[in-house]
Amino acid sequence: MVETMSGIPLDPSYGDGLQPGEYPYTRGLYPTGYRGKLWTMRMFAGFGTATDTNARFHALLRAGGTGLSTAFDMPTLMGRDSDHEWSVGEVGRAGVAVDTLADMEDLFAGIELDKVTTSMTINGPAAILMAMYVAVAEKNGVGRVHLGGTIQNDILKEYQAQKEYIFPPRPSVRLVTDLIRFTTAEMPRWHPVSISGYHIREAGSTAAQELAFTLANGFAYVEAAVAAGLNVDDFAPRLSFFFNAHSDFFEEIGKFRTARRIWATWMKDRYGATNPKSQLCRFHTQTAGVSLTAQQPENNIARVAVQTLSAVLGGTQSLHTDSYDEALALPTERAARIALRTQQIVAHETGAASVVDPLGGSHFVEWMTDEMERQANEIFDHIDQLGSGSMLEGVYAGIDDGYFVGEIADAAYRFEREVNAGRRIIVGVNEFTENDDDEANLLSIGHATEEMQIKRLEQVRGDRDADAVRASLAALIEVATQPDVNLMPSIIDAVRTYATEGEIVSALESVFGTYVETAVV
Amino acid sequence: MSPNSLDEQFEAARAGNRRVLGRLLTMVERQDDNAVVVSERAHRDAGQARVIGVTGAPGSGKSTITGHLAAVSGADQPAILAIDPSSPLTGGAILGDRIRMDNNVSSNTFIRSMATRGHAGGLAVAVPDAVRVLDAAGYDPIIVETVGVGQVEVTIAAAADTTVVVVTPGWGDAVQANKAGLLEVADIFVVNKADRPDARGARRDLELMLDLGHRDDWRAPIVLTTATEGEGIDDLWAEVERHTSYLHDSGELARRRCRRRRSEVADRIELGLRDRAHRLIEAHSGEFALDRVERHELSPAAAAQQLLASLIPDNHPED
Amino acid sequence: MSETSGHSPRSADDPEPLRVVLAKLGFDGHDRGLKVVARTLRDAGMEVIYLGLRQTTESIIAACEQEDADVIGLSMHNAGHLTLAPRMVQAVDTAGLDVPVVIGGIVPAEDVNVLIEAGVAAVLGPGASAEEVVAAVKAAVTRQSAAR
Repeated sequence: MVETMSGIPLDPSYGDGLQPGEYPYTRGLYPTGYRGKLWTMRMFAGFGTATDTNARFHALLRAGGTGLSTAFDMPTLMGRDSDHEWSVGEVGRAGVAVDTLADMEDLFAGIELDKVTTSMTINGPAAILMAMYVAVAEKNGVGRVHLGGTIQNDILKEYQAQKEYIFPPRPSVRLVTDLIRFTTAEMPRWHPVSISGYHIREAGSTAAQELAFTLANGFAYVEAAVAAGLNVDDFAPRLSFFFNAHSDFFEEIGKFRTARRIWATWMKDRYGATNPKSQLCRFHTQTAGVSLTAQQPENNIARVAVQTLSAVLGGTQSLHTDSYDEALALPTERAARIALRTQQIVAHETGAASVVDPLGGSHFVEWMTDEMERQANEIFDHIDQLGSGSMLEGVYAGIDDGYFVGEIADAAYRFEREVNAGRRIIVGVNEFTENDDDEANLLSIGHATEEMQIKRLEQVRGDRDADAVRASLAALIEVATQPDVNLMPSIIDAVRTYATEGEIVSALESVFGTYVETAVV
Repeated sequence: MSPNSLDEQFEAARAGNRRVLGRLLTMVERQDDNAVVVSERAHRDAGQARVIGVTGAPGSGKSTITGHLAAVSGADQPAILAIDPSSPLTGGAILGDRIRMDNNVSSNTFIRSMATRGHAGGLAVAVPDAVRVLDAAGYDPIIVETVGVGQVEVTIAAAADTTVVVVTPGWGDAVQANKAGLLEVADIFVVNKADRPDARGARRDLELMLDLGHRDDWRAPIVLTTATEGEGIDDLWAEVERHTSYLHDSGELARRRCRRRRSEVADRIELGLRDRAHRLIEAHSGEFALDRVERHELSPAAAAQQLLASLIPDNHPED
Repeated sequence: MSETSGHSPRSADDPEPLRVVLAKLGFDGHDRGLKVVARTLRDAGMEVIYLGLRQTTESIIAACEQEDADVIGLSMHNAGHLTLAPRMVQAVDTAGLDVPVVIGGIVPAEDVNVLIEAGVAAVLGPGASAEEVVAAVKAAVTRQSAAR
């Protein structure tokens, strides 16, 4: 029995007509919402060397956690080694540094990988990190079939927003579909792509653009995987999404509700998915980092709380809340704890989790939900037209023409001009700016990690069998020139020789080339 | 400035000092009094370089193609002039072509971005001067890239030994190209983004349009490229070389360059006259004439005729 | 090299547009702010040579020389500013260029003075208004030409 603070008993949901758990899932994926299972409070973290992060993993597991979330540092995300000239100052800073299989062995040392699920936030070199994870598990006697988790592996939004790309789009999408084919065949517990709008929004898009670009990317991956010979119902249930929770409360809720509706109808009608699980838009949410202000940083706690509430009322499956000091530096432990507490307050004190889709039926929320869909449909039409009836080709064309970056840059500039002209108020920035001299305590990380990591890399390079490395990279290059052959086995072979991430990326670059973006300012 | 220092500057530019060359280009770009002197000095040594114009609609991939062309030319010192429009409202501009070229070209390529800077017709003299300076500094080929949207931009790209027009698949673009007068000026057509479904259609449309045209000595070839992948660029360069041979063998090169100088001189006269006309009506005699126009004692036509006569005494009205 | 004549030093009343090179160094891919600044400077009548992402000090210097730029604007959203910004200033000096370097992005307050002492002309934090950005660029150029 769920009741209010004052003792009024509550049904799982209210209203006639469409119910939560019913196609097209506008009102939620499941009839009981958070009563069945609260959203997962997944706090994404990590820094330093693999050994540092491993210690945190063990602490987390001792505390009863079962999910490991791995953030990688910038060089790792960009597919370069820690001793690359651009890695200076970045090694182990925003995440863990992984150069070779040896680092991955350290990262997961002493952890039974068939007993945990692991989330890895990486895109350009996702196939390489996936290969390392498989290699570590198998070295420890755990078959790949037993591995569970998620890898972000969403390369399309990199060209549109986050800009952490390596190769041009087509070979990159081949890597994505190779990974989907690989996990579909051999790793049934793995989620091979997390289709992400978060970064699109952070780059300055509107809510409708975030929604539409993200779902369009999802459609593109579906088309690419089908073109690679997969049956839609074989892989679509393993796809998931990642959205931004920004500050305009009702707009965000409308966005989340529409996302479920659009995905379900397109998967059923356009892509012929018959398994209901293929139609479910499951999503993770993170509060809007870009909404945090450096001025009067404590105000950010209030912003994050409201954004949290919109994600929960919008029915997110999991949530990361930002720390109030993130506009200035990496979060301190104290700020990260307040962020987690914010979720716990919304979950346990507010009653927001008691009833599924409590705003369904509100005239305004229903209108906003429809309006988001209308705007998204206009964008889908444009992309579809760019691709002459293929969403995949449309997304390629939109990347090539600078359509996505242009639209995002326009929206970002419009927003900045409104703030600048005072037509849009940001508290503590362009209004209510007095008494803003509070100083936040900031976290800073020294250079010791970098030196240790580079030493470690040099040691691994010295100890390995150089001929085996050369042979495995030559074999990888050979396979890369054959578009129909899955790259995953060759990448796994290469990481097992302790070839570095940078060496594997360079080998692939020799075939695929390096992407340079179309400048749209 | 003294001629000595200018000679030194050109010597330094020829010896590879890019900072000095950058400044010489700024002087001609500004078209101030220095520009005439720089231009004159440059003209003495100019005339060696091949000048290639590349134009096309925004987003057609012409910057990427331009970068590739500089690279495949195999030249020791290629140069690129990338021209983008200034904002008519603020006079500012965002010049973003470099990054589309930088990755393809080698470090010996000199790239200069120029904005149209609004002053009417100014570009028509600033660009030939910039080409002249690069030429005199030993750069060859010199590739001038413009957005083929306005008459001025098209004219500038057309003021080359070889003009390459870039279109993308889709009937719409071909029609646009036709409207902007791009078809008339093209020595070579590129259908870029040839990996898109309707690339063959675009080629067919262009062939049809060329069939209707009447340039009998050189029929513009059509090259398919996928610039982002670097595909078709070798073919394009081969056509540029073929056109260069054609220009030499037929004597067309000398004729073209002669026409180009002629129109540049005409442009400069026009610009000078316009400038003087503006000064004239702001001067005393202009004020006086305008007052009379205001009082309806003189028609605008008659006032203009009077003032023109004071500007060019031997003006014949029937001309 | 010996200084050659003919380049008129810049001042605020120069009618020709200021030429600004905008870039990001290294891996950092956050270009939202850089693009907003590019448009802001364009709307203030400047010519922006937009180099965008993944530039090196060498590529920025090369662009400055060829483009005869008046200012370099660098955007930084990673921890590298204390290393990369002084390195940029050093590269400008080594190349014998007379161009101020302006930094924008996330720079903690205590680092601002370090950067200024390292020769950075101005540091613009998050939330700087359009007017502040334009004024900082103009002031940097004016100061540089006064120091000439």
